Order: sequence, then C-alpha cells, then structure tokens
Amino acid sequence: MSAITQPIGRRNFLKTGAAGAAGLIVGFYLPGRGEAFAAAAPASEPRVFNAFVQIAPDDTVTILINKSEMGQGVETSIAMLCAEELGCDWKRIHTEFAPADKVYFDPAFGMQGTGGSQSIHSAWDPMRQAGATARLMLISAAAQKWGVETSECHAADGKVVHAASKRSATFGSLAEAAAQLPAPKEVKLKDPSEFTIVGKPTHRVDTAKKVNGTAGFGVDVRLPGMLHASVEHCPVFAGTVVSFDDTKTKAIPGVKAVLPIMTLRDPKKPPVMTAVAVVADNTWTAFQGRKALDIKWDEGPGADASNASIRKSFEDVMDKPGVSSRKEGDAVAGLQSAATKVEATYWAPYQAHSTMEPINGTADVRPDGVDLWMPTQFQTPSQLTGMGISGLPQDKVKVHTTYLGGGFGRRGWSDFVTEACQLSKAMGKPVQVTWKREDDTQHDYYRPASLIKMSAGLDADGKPTAFAARVACDSIMSWFFPGSITNGLDSSSVEGVSDIAYDIPNVSVDYHLMAGPVPMGFWRSVGASQNGFFSESFVDELAHAANKDPYQYRRDLLSKKPRHLAVLNLAAEKAGWGTELAKGRYRGIAVLEAFSTYAAEVVEISIDKDNAVKVHRVVAAVDCGRVINPDTAEAQVSGAIVYGITAALNTEITIDKGRVVQANFDTVPPLRMNECPKIEVHFVPSTETPTGLGEPAVPPVAPAIANAIFAATGKRVRKLPIKPEDLA
Amino acid sequence: MAIQFTLNGKPATVDVNPDMPLLWVLRDALNMTGTKFGCGMALCGACTVHINGNATRSCITPISSVSGKHVTTIEGLSATSSHPVQVAWKQIDVPQCGYCQSGQIMSAAALLAKTPKPTDAQIDDAMSGNICRCGTYPRIRKAIHIAAQLQSGGAKPAAAPSADANPAPNAEAVLAGGAE
Repeated sequence: MSAITQPIGRRNFLKTGAAGAAGLIVGFYLPGRGEAFAAAAPASEPRVFNAFVQIAPDDTVTILINKSEMGQGVETSIAMLCAEELGCDWKRIHTEFAPADKVYFDPAFGMQGTGGSQSIHSAWDPMRQAGATARLMLISAAAQKWGVETSECHAADGKVVHAASKRSATFGSLAEAAAQLPAPKEVKLKDPSEFTIVGKPTHRVDTAKKVNGTAGFGVDVRLPGMLHASVEHCPVFAGTVVSFDDTKTKAIPGVKAVLPIMTLRDPKKPPVMTAVAVVADNTWTAFQGRKALDIKWDEGPGADASNASIRKSFEDVMDKPGVSSRKEGDAVAGLQSAATKVEATYWAPYQAHSTMEPINGTADVRPDGVDLWMPTQFQTPSQLTGMGISGLPQDKVKVHTTYLGGGFGRRGWSDFVTEACQLSKAMGKPVQVTWKREDDTQHDYYRPASLIKMSAGLDADGKPTAFAARVACDSIMSWFFPGSITNGLDSSSVEGVSDIAYDIPNVSVDYHLMAGPVPMGFWRSVGASQNGFFSESFVDELAHAANKDPYQYRRDLLSKKPRHLAVLNLAAEKAGWGTELAKGRYRGIAVLEAFSTYAAEVVEISIDKDNAVKVHRVVAAVDCGRVINPDTAEAQVSGAIVYGITAALNTEITIDKGRVVQANFDTVPPLRMNECPKIEVHFVPSTETPTGLGEPAVPPVAPAIANAIFAATGKRVRKLPIKPEDLA
Repeated sequence: MAIQFTLNGKPATVDVNPDMPLLWVLRDALNMTGTKFGCGMALCGACTVHINGNATRSCITPISSVSGKHVTTIEGLSATSSHPVQVAWKQIDVPQCGYCQSGQIMSAAALLAKTPKPTDAQIDDAMSGNICRCGTYPRIRKAIHIAAQLQSGGAKPAAAPSADANPAPNAEAVLAGGAE
C-alpha cells in the first residue's frame, strides 16, 4: 500500500471529486427516477467546502461517503454524522461515494476500505468535524455579508440565522462566498445532548432506489461499447492453464474474443495463466462460450487435497506447542491441581461469503486513463490494481464505487478488478466481467477451518482456575498481508478465544499457523465467527460440569466485565431466561465481544423427530456504544443473526480432489423465509464512542444454538454446521 | 429470430438467440438492469418478474417462451414506486444491500394479487423461493402485512399488481436505446 505516496492537495481532490461524480452518473444506463427520499443530485455546480461536504446554489448538500454501502446503512449513518454538525436540511442531502484518494483513508487500515466493523467508529469524529467546519464557514460568510459577529449567528435547517435582526440566508446562497473562506483550524463539536439527528431512527437514503430497480450495483454498469465477459478458472486452487482450444467457443455468434487471465502468484516469477476468459456481446453468450472451451489444466500440487487430508494436517500439530497468543499465570499447574478437569476438541469448517450479487467488475482501460466501476470494499487496492495493469499514475486511475450486493468481507479482494482490467486493456473497450454463482462459491477466499483443543480446571465450587487452548487454523493474514504476522502469530486466528473474558486466573492459548491450499479471507466477524462458537460452547460445558445454570455461571465469571455483563443480563431478561417454555422448546445463551462491540443472544429451538433443529426465536442484546441510527442498527443485528444461523445449521465448504464440492444455492443453502425465526434486538443505552455493528452479532448465534441443543438432548455438538446426524 | 412480447405495457421486439433467458434479454439486450442475476438456476429468486401476472424466474425462462406474453419487471411495477408493496418497503426500510429486493418485491406483489390478506404460512410459501443474504426476512414479512393493509384499506389505490397499465416513464426510451 506504500505505492501511494503522492499527497493529494485540496485542488487535486476537487478535480478527482468532480470527475468521480460525473463518471458515476454516466456509468448507469438508467438514471435515477421517480420520487426519492433524498434530494437528487444538485442541479447547479456544487461548491467544495472540504473532502466530504459540497453545497450547491440550489441548496443541495452533497456528502461524500468514504465507505462502501453493502447493506449496513453507512451511506445514511455517515451522512447523519455530518449533517448533525452542519445544520443542514436533511431532506436536501445528496450522497455520493467518494473517489479513491488518500484523504479518504481509514486510519485503521492505512488505506481506503470498508471492513472490520470500523465504518462508524472511524467516521465518528472526522464526519462531524467536516460538517462543523463547513457550518462555521457558512456562518462566517453570512456574518461578513451582514456586518455582524459570527457569535450572533447560528445554522439550522439549511439556513444561517441572525436572530437579533431576524435575517436568514440559505446555505445555497452563501455557498459561493463561504467555500472561499479559510477552513477554521479548530471546531467545537456539539454536546451530544444537542443532537437532533444522531440517535434518531432515520430512513435510509438508499431505500427509494432499492425498491424500484434503479440502485446501481456493479453488475448494472452499462457503458457505450461495453463488452461482457466471464471467466473459467482452474477448478483446483493454485492450478494453471497448460493450453486451451477455443475453436468451438469462437464459432458461437456474439463471442468477441477468448483471452488468458494472468496471475502473479510468486513475485519472483512471471505471471502464470490461471484462467480463460470469454468476451462476448452479452453475459449469457459469454457463459455459453465457457461451456464450449476445451482447457488443459495443470492442477498443481493441490489436486490431492481433501477435507480429510486438511483435517489430518491440523490434527498432526495438536500435540506440539504452538506460538503463544496469551499467557497469564500457570495454566499447566492450574489444570493439574483442579478438582475437575474438562477437555474438548472442536472443529469449524470453511465457509463461503455467498453475497447475493455474484462477483463482478467493470473496467475501461484506455491509453490515457482508467475508469473502474467496482463493487469493492477496498478502493485503494482496486486503484493500485488499475495502476499496475495500465502502467498509468494514480491520478489517471479513477475508482467509482457502486452499490455492493453484499460484501461480508469477500469484496475486500481485488481479483475481479484484475480480471476486468486485463480484459479491457486487451480489448481496448470497456469490459464487464461477471462470475456465475458456481464461480463465486468455488473461487472465494474462505472463512478458515479451525481445530481447537480446550482444557479447563474447576475448583471444588465449579469455578474455573485454569483454561488452556491450542488452536490450529488456516491463516487469513498469510494470504492478505503476510507482513502483519509476527513470530508466526496471525491474531485473526485466535480472536474470540485468546481474549476470553471470563475471570480465570491461569490462561494459556497457543496457535499453529496452518497454510493449506485453500485461499483464506475475512468472513463476517472473522476469527470470532469460529472462536466464539468454541469458547462459548466450552464455557457452557464448564457450567454443566459445575452443575450451574449457564447464564448464572457466566454472570459470576463476568463480574469484572461490566459491558459483557450488561448485554448478558439484558438478553436474559428480555428472553425470559429461566421462565417456563412451551413443550419441546429449549434455550441456549452466549455472549462475546468482537470489534469492541458486545453482544449476547438467547435462542429458542426445537428438534423434530428427524433431528432437524429449528430456531424459533432469537433475543439479542448489544452494546455498540452510542447508536447512530437505531433503525439500521436493528437491521444489522437482525441480519447478522440470520447470517449466523445459516452458517450454524446449513452451510459449509468442503474440499475433494483439490476442488470445492459445493456450487450453487442448492449445496450452500442460505436460510430462507420459512426457516427465519422471530428476532428481537435490544441495545444497551450508552454514551460511549460508537463501535461497529456489521459483524459482532454473528458469533454468539452458533454457540447459543449448540447450547440449546445440549439443553434439549444432553448431546454436546462440537463441530459446525450442526447436522441431524450429529444429534442421532 | 425476432420475438415479440409486451414489456411493462409496451410492445417489445427483440432479435436474439431464442434460447437466451429472459433475464439476459432484459439486462444485456434491453439494458433494464433492475432484474438481477443471482444463481442462474431458479434457486434464489433475484430474477423474479411477472409473466401474465405470475411470479416467474426469468433466469431459466427462454425468451422464445415469452413470445406474445405480458412481462412486468420491477421497472414497470408502478410509475412512481407507488405499488403498495413498494410503499410498505419504504415505510419500514426493508432493503439492506438491496440486491435481492427487486425479486422479493415482485414475488410479494404476485402474492398479494392472488392472496390479498396472506397469513404468515402463505407468506412463507410464496416468499421462501427468494433468498436474502442480508437477512431482511423479518421486515419483508412485516412489510407484506403492511402492503396488504394499504391495498385493502383506504390507502391510495395502487396499480394493478400486474401493472401493465403503468409502464415506467422511461420504458420507451429504454426500449429505443436497446433496439440497436
């Protein structure tokens, strides 16, 4: 990421911003139409106040959003932060996705991107400051115009008001003069007690476009002369193309070209051919062309890999000490002296992201410039990819971020950017590459598989005196950013267990970094997704070994963790923990912190005569600090629970002969309407700095279900997904 | 071979491979991108349109089978997003990423056309073919009940659910643009 060294001045930003906006508008064939909740794009040229705020003479306030909108509602909630301080009329807000530029970097990543449940946390200060800065510039312009003190003026509802003389001026009428004033160096932000937007349920700015088909996703980009492509990848990870015969493909009317896709696998060696693309005048013809290809593959050393061989490689390291990720006290001695010892081994499988919008990207690589229309979570790597393939400098490579039809971490990668750029460059035309669902399932960067052995010692009262865990897990960071691995520790592999919150005096967690053939990536809630299942199921085992109620047992061990305790208590209270249930219904509970947000969930399940588990009700309690938009916050938690149930009960990715076995939604079946439980979401009232909500409600789902299954059957399920045969 | 059908109330003619699915005719030949590609196997419902008023998966519907029929897409459901389903969807902000929502809305509109007051079980039956990875199901269910009320009780009379009488305002332009 160090390739971006050129500082971007405000003037450069202006140009980038304007071009970005214009580009995005022409990028979609269908212009926005019908009534929109938010104002349409400004009719007059906006004046730029800073990287995030532009105001047009027609009073339209454009707020630039430096995060990708993939459903989490950031387009709305980030705009709310800015509008709160700006004092504008919310109905005149227009939002645009920011171009790729250093000014939009997220400090948590050192680049521009969306992930890690970071968006609201990292936008909290800068977006309010951007709004406040622009407000002060507008007030200064009005005060100068009227010859009064700025301290006598205030801004509200899109106007600057001088109450004493009953004068007011709209933001639009002041924009020209105000934008030329120097930005104030210091701004005082509102006291939260004065908030009128933040914390109030607010309609999403994107809903109107998402109910009439006009929201522009990556696959919806339509450009003059654009060609459509689809790519046949080697079915085995790390395989290559030996040769291909495209005679039959080229005989199909509408097929324009058959081209190699080159991948730089080893920086010390030249790129290798890893896939074959069919370029056609429509996507369906490109799909047909793929079927007619005759490709000879070199499947490479990964062709023997299977779930059994991968699992065995994990089991083979479990007797050896790994790299320590946490050590407090003496867990070995604590286990030896314990009155009761509990041991268990758990397994979690690979998972695919399965975004509803299949992977795609659109590039226009010209000799003098590049435009990328991408449903990307990470703009900076997208831009670097365009620069690398075109050989053009940063200011010639524009990234237009479309709506994302789901992300869940998958769209942090730039493989689709590479393919679109290579094909556009070769064709000399804009090219849209669209993957089939089967490609999406079989060529993902998967949630790691993980094997864990946990041991705990309990004293005579059942209180844990020692906890030891050994984790063998595929490393995400060795795929994404090897430089972040220190001494063999990928912290993403142990989050959710290494930071176990319970009051245990002796703790030891160690880790074996596994590097198999299956590509790894960030999957909604990352390491906590499997480690939360492990640690929160195991604590349930301890509670039962101690003959304690699982909720009360957790309470007693979290007395020094007030935020964990608050969500645990709230979920238990709202779910009626301990009250009688209908016949055949059973409860389970789990609590975990992830990404500095705390979530507890109580599930109610039943198990039918064929041992199929049905989830009837989920009650969640969440502490994410101050809630910005309660309506989208509820949606994020509710959606995360659905995502979590899918992974707990329905889906896994398995490997046979080096290939992914699953392909379409019949073999990776997401939860459907008829399987969806009643979901209730409660937030702990808080004035803490806001933290993220995209992911933290996923991890408690699987252990809460497994714990409910134990309550129902006395069977402890120690692997995912939970299948009927596991309960037989 | 030229194939003629009625698209959102307007006559449409396309000259494409007769095996080409309606989904790709809409998206790539006519540039009407509101109907989405999700799976290509009628497993997810993202491509749902109405053919003669019935919710149909356009990804497995060859264009040849559409000849002479009435097709309604999300663009033609109502002129101003005023169909009760769309109104209800906006009222409680159903969409998250939004990608599946054209299909969800078309399935819901077809349900309400035949079953004005659906029970939860009828909603399950009609909607379980539409996958939403964001997990908006609870709001979809709630919005369908709201739409049923809007449709029946005093709310602004909405377009007939097949909506062929209410073409999108720019449908003509789209067809003209896609005819080249």
